[in-house]
Amino acid sequence: MILSTLDYVPGHTVVGHLGIVQGSTVRAKHIGRDILASLKNIVGGELRAYTELLSEAREEAIARMRQQAEAAGANAVLNVRFATSSVAQGAAELLAYGTAVRVE
Amino acid sequence: MGGLVIELIVAAALLALGFGVGSAREARHYHSIRRREAELEWLPVMSTPLDGDGEPPPRTALVGGSVVISVDYFKRFLAAIRMLIGGRVGAYESLVDRARREALLRMRAQARDLGATSVMNVRMETASISKGGRGRVGSVEVVAYGTAVIPQSVASVRSAG
Repeated sequence: MILSTLDYVPGHTVVGHLGIVQGSTVRAKHIGRDILASLKNIVGGELRAYTELLSEAREEAIARMRQQAEAAGANAVLNVRFATSSVAQGAAELLAYGTAVRVE
Repeated sequence: MGGLVIELIVAAALLALGFGVGSAREARHYHSIRRREAELEWLPVMSTPLDGDGEPPPRTALVGGSVVISVDYFKRFLAAIRMLIGGRVGAYESLVDRARREALLRMRAQARDLGATSVMNVRMETASISKGGRGRVGSVEVVAYGTAVIPQSVASVRSAG
């Protein structure tokens, strides 16, 4: 499975267009991380627990998008974009979406 | 009366701690950012798509980097004052600058580890998991992602090895 932010794959041609695929996950931070983060808020700097949470969530969203693309019979997802939205206070949705295609 | 004095002392201590430790941490972070940017200078990052295919066509891979950075207590205080009179909030400008550059650096490091020669069609996105809630402003979450372009020669050597 080729994932790309480009709208084509170098050296390949798109032979079939299978529509938009997406994967998303909603995550909330847990209270322990929150307490640590509020201490970190005094001195500033990177909140590593949140960074990890964010990248885990993004991986998960990508994995789900990939599954959907596989189910549609695609072998590449082009023009991949990420978006986030706040669902509730302290919880966020991470969304990955793109165009599923068959390339040769 | 005594309670008020204690509260003032605590606030002053937090401000001093935020100013002292926060400034030192920011200076160290900027130092590290500049050093890594110099190291990765040869790896160009572009927000446009690849132009021309090249022969043989390169392999591509999705790469990304993310970071969550918080502002310190002193800067949050400065920003609160600034928000009364309006204008440039310098305290937050350096925060978002650090976050963007750090996210880009992490993305470039990932591309470098894959043997890429450039990263195309880079997009940046301000994410939010910790946003929302009163008094919780002051941390910024940035995701940078793009397509790493890996020359066929590198790609075949890697898959053979």
